[in-house]
Amino acid sequence: MKAVLSWVAAACCLAGPLFATTINDKVTSFELGNGMQVVVIEDHRAPVLQHMVWYKAGSADEPKGASGVAHFLEHLLFKATDKMEAGEFSATVAANGGRDNAFTSYDYTAYFQSVAADRLELMMQMESDRMVNIRLTPENIATERDVIIEERNSRVENNPRALFSEQMNAVQYFNHRYGVPIIGWRHEMETLDLDDALDFYKTYYAPNNAILVVSGDVVPEQVRELAEQYYGAIPANPDLPERVRTQEPPQTAARRVAFKDARVAQPYVSRSYLAPERDSGDQEKAAALTILAEILGGGQTSYLTERLQFDSNVAVYSGAFYSGTSLDDTTFDIIVVPSEGVELEAAESALDQALADFLRDGVDPEQLGRIKMQLRAAQIYARDNVDAIANRYGRALTSGLTVEDEQAWPDLLQTVTEDQIMTAAREVLRPETSVTGWLMRKDDEVTQ
Amino acid sequence: MIRGVFALVALLLAFPAWAEVKVESLTTPAGIDVWLVEDHSIPFTALEIRFRGGTSLDAPGKRGAVHLMTALLEEGAGELDARAHARALESLAASFGYSASADDISISARFLTENREEALALLRETIHAPRFDEDAIERVRAQVIASLMSDAKDPDAIARLSFNRLAYGDHPYGSDGEGTPESVSALTRDDLLNAHAGAFARDRLYVAAVGDVTAEDLARIVDDLLADLPETGRPIPGPAEVSLSGGTTVVPFATPQSVAVFGQKGIDRHDPDFFAAYVLNQVLGGGSFESRLMDEVREKRGLTYGVYSYLAPRDLAAVYLGSVASANDRIAEAIEVIREEWSKAATEGVTLKEVEAAKTYLTGAYPLRFDGNGQIARILAGMQMEGLPTDYIATRNDQVQAVTIEDVNRVAAELLDPEGLRFVVVGEPVGLEATVTD
Repeated sequence: MKAVLSWVAAACCLAGPLFATTINDKVTSFELGNGMQVVVIEDHRAPVLQHMVWYKAGSADEPKGASGVAHFLEHLLFKATDKMEAGEFSATVAANGGRDNAFTSYDYTAYFQSVAADRLELMMQMESDRMVNIRLTPENIATERDVIIEERNSRVENNPRALFSEQMNAVQYFNHRYGVPIIGWRHEMETLDLDDALDFYKTYYAPNNAILVVSGDVVPEQVRELAEQYYGAIPANPDLPERVRTQEPPQTAARRVAFKDARVAQPYVSRSYLAPERDSGDQEKAAALTILAEILGGGQTSYLTERLQFDSNVAVYSGAFYSGTSLDDTTFDIIVVPSEGVELEAAESALDQALADFLRDGVDPEQLGRIKMQLRAAQIYARDNVDAIANRYGRALTSGLTVEDEQAWPDLLQTVTEDQIMTAAREVLRPETSVTGWLMRKDDEVTQ
Repeated sequence: MIRGVFALVALLLAFPAWAEVKVESLTTPAGIDVWLVEDHSIPFTALEIRFRGGTSLDAPGKRGAVHLMTALLEEGAGELDARAHARALESLAASFGYSASADDISISARFLTENREEALALLRETIHAPRFDEDAIERVRAQVIASLMSDAKDPDAIARLSFNRLAYGDHPYGSDGEGTPESVSALTRDDLLNAHAGAFARDRLYVAAVGDVTAEDLARIVDDLLADLPETGRPIPGPAEVSLSGGTTVVPFATPQSVAVFGQKGIDRHDPDFFAAYVLNQVLGGGSFESRLMDEVREKRGLTYGVYSYLAPRDLAAVYLGSVASANDRIAEAIEVIREEWSKAATEGVTLKEVEAAKTYLTGAYPLRFDGNGQIARILAGMQMEGLPTDYIATRNDQVQAVTIEDVNRVAAELLDPEGLRFVVVGEPVGLEATVTD
C-alpha cells in the first residue's frame, strides 16, 4: 500500500485546478422581455430533458396566520385551469412518457417534468397555462386540505425527530418566518381556504417572479424561442411586492429545548447556530462555513467523528451540516447521537469540549487538502447528473443569488483558507445565537 | 387541451429515437462475465459488483452476520485501519458503497480515471482483506443496534417487518436481515469471517461497468479485483413459501397516523404473464397520480398523501405489495376503498383506455431510468441477476407494447386475490376490526 499512500500525499498538496472543462461551459442564461429569467444547462448524452419553473415564493413569504399556503397552492396547481381538467396536467405528462412533480421550501416553489427532449413545447404550453389560469372549486380545497394534513401526519406527526426539529427551529428564529414549518402549523393548515390560496397565487405567480430552468438535450436558442412564445406572452405583474421579510434582532441568549416522546428509541443532542447565508457577490464567509461543516462533521475522518467516535466512545454517530443557499440567515447544525449508556449531558459536554479544542487547535491542513480534492472531483461527478445542477441553479436564483454567483462558487470553495475557516468558526459557533436540543424518551419508557 | 392531440403524440412516441444504451458483454481472461457501457465523455467510471445471496445466507442463530460483515468492509482493510482507509479513499475522491439486501450484497464503486489504479487497489483490499478489527466491530455493532432500536419504534418499519413475518414465517425473508439487538450483540469476529467466506465467491458474481474505461482495461481490472475469489460460497436457501391469508392484522402503536402494508401472492419475474401483470399494476396502483388507488383514495377522498402498489418478484418468492397511511380515524375507510378497488379490478378488469395510458407511460418512462453512469451500472447488474440478455433494453418496450387488454384482464382475474389480500396496520386505528390475530 505504500505506493497509494505516497500518491495520496501528493494529491493533498496539489492546489491548482486539476480539470480543464467545467460545467460552467454548459450553462447559458438570459431574460425574457417580461422579466422571466431563463437558465439552460446542456447535456446531449441522451434525448431527454428536465423542464422546471421556480417561483421566488416559499413558505417564508406567506402572510401571518396562513402557514402552509405556499405548499397547499403547490398541490392545487395540479387541479383544473381554463384549458385543462383537474389531474390532466400529470396525466398528459404521463401520456407522453414523462414524470412530473413539484416541491416547496422556505424560499421557493418549483414544478418540474422529466420528458423526452421533443416534448419541451408541450411542457411549456401547460406550465405557462397554470402560471395564470388555475380554476379552483370548494371541493378541491376541502379534499386537498385533507391530503396536506395527511402529508403532515406522514412527515411530521408520525415522526418524533421531525416534531423535535420543528420545535428547535421555532426557537431558533425570534422574528423570521424560517421559524415556521414549510408544511405549516397544523391548526393553521386546517383553516386554509380558497382565498388564502388565490391571494398567494395572484401575488407571486407571475413571469417576473419566476425562473425557467431547462436541462438536458436542448440548445439555448430553441429554449429561447419557445419560452418567448409561451412564457413571454404572459404580462409581468406590476404589483409584485418587494421581497422583504422581518429579520432577526441580535440573538443574545442561548436557548435550550427538551423534547420527550414515547416513540423515541434513540435520544440525541442537536445544536443549531444562526449562520450567515450566501449573498450575491459576497459568498466568502458561506464558503468557509461550507468547508467548516465538512471539517467538523462531514464524514469518517471529520473532527467530531474522530473525537467522539474513534478517540472516545461517546457517540455512535455525529455530523455537522450547513447549506448556505438561502435568502436570509440560515443555521449551522450539529448532531451527536450518544453511545449506549452515555447520558445526553455527557454527550453535550463532549461536543462542547471538542468544539473548544477545535477553536484552539485550528484546521489540519491535510484534512483541508482532502476536502478540496473531493470538492474538485465533485465537479466531475456532477456532470453525470445535469438535473441536479439544474436544481442548484434554481435554488440559487430563488435565494438572491445570480448565475455568476453560482458559477463562481466551486472555485471559491477552492480558495478558502485556514484563517477564513477559523474566523467563520469563531463568529458562528457562539452560544448566544444557539439552540441546544435534547430528544428524549418518555421518562416511563427508560426502564428496561 | 384536447386529449386527441396527445393521443397522436403518444403514438409517435411509441417509435422513439432514444439514444441506444450500447451494452457490450465480455468475458475476462479468468472467465468472469462483465457488461460494459463505454462512454468517455466524463472522466470517471461506475463499477457495480453483486454477489447473490445477501442476508439470506446468515447461518442459523447468526442473524445479522452478513449485514454487519458488509458494513465493516469499509472499516479497515489490508494494512490500513478504518481511519487510514477513510483518509486514503477521501484523498482519491473515490466512493465505494457496500450494502446487503435479502438477495444480494452490492458494491457500488465510483472512481476518477486519473487515479483509477490507486482507487481499485483500495477496493480490492476491502473485498479480499477486510480487517474486522475489534474496535471497528464494536463501533459498527453499536450503530447497527441503535438503528434496530429505532426501527422497533418506527411504524413503517414495524409494519414492514410484521408483514414479512406473516408472509414468510421462518424463511430468512420472514425476519430482519439486520438481525435483532440480541442476535447482533452475540455475533463474534469468527461469525463475521464465516459470513465473509460464504458470501464472496465466483459462483454468484455479477459485474457491470459504465463510463470512462475500455473493454481491455475493464477485463484486466475485473480480473485483478475478483479472479482469485473462491469458486463457491455458502448454499443459497430454497424458495420461501408465501403463507398469506386475507384479513387485517392490527399492531397497536401510539401514533396519530396509522401505517398499513398490504399484499398477497405475486408473480415471478420470468412468468410469461409478468408484463401483463406489470401493466395491470400500473393501472391499479403503480405510483403515478393516474392510478385507480391514487385517484380513489387521495384525489377523490383526501384520505392519504400517498397510496401505492407494486410487484415484488424477489429471488426466493414473489409477492404483490402496497402501502398507505391515513389518520387513525380515516384508515378504515382507506382500507375499505383499496379492498373494493382490488375486487373491482379482479372481477370487472380495467379499460382499454387505462391499458393504453399505462403502456404509454411505462414505455416512455423507461429511458428516463438510464440517468447517469452509476444508475446504468446498477440496472445492468440487476438485469444480469435476473438472467436477462444484453438486448433486453432494446426489446423491453416491445414486450410492454405487446400486452393486450385481454392479457391484462385475464391476469387481473387470475392474479388479484381480494380474499387473500392481507393488511397489516400499525397505529391506533378507529373502527377497524382486526380479523386476524398474529
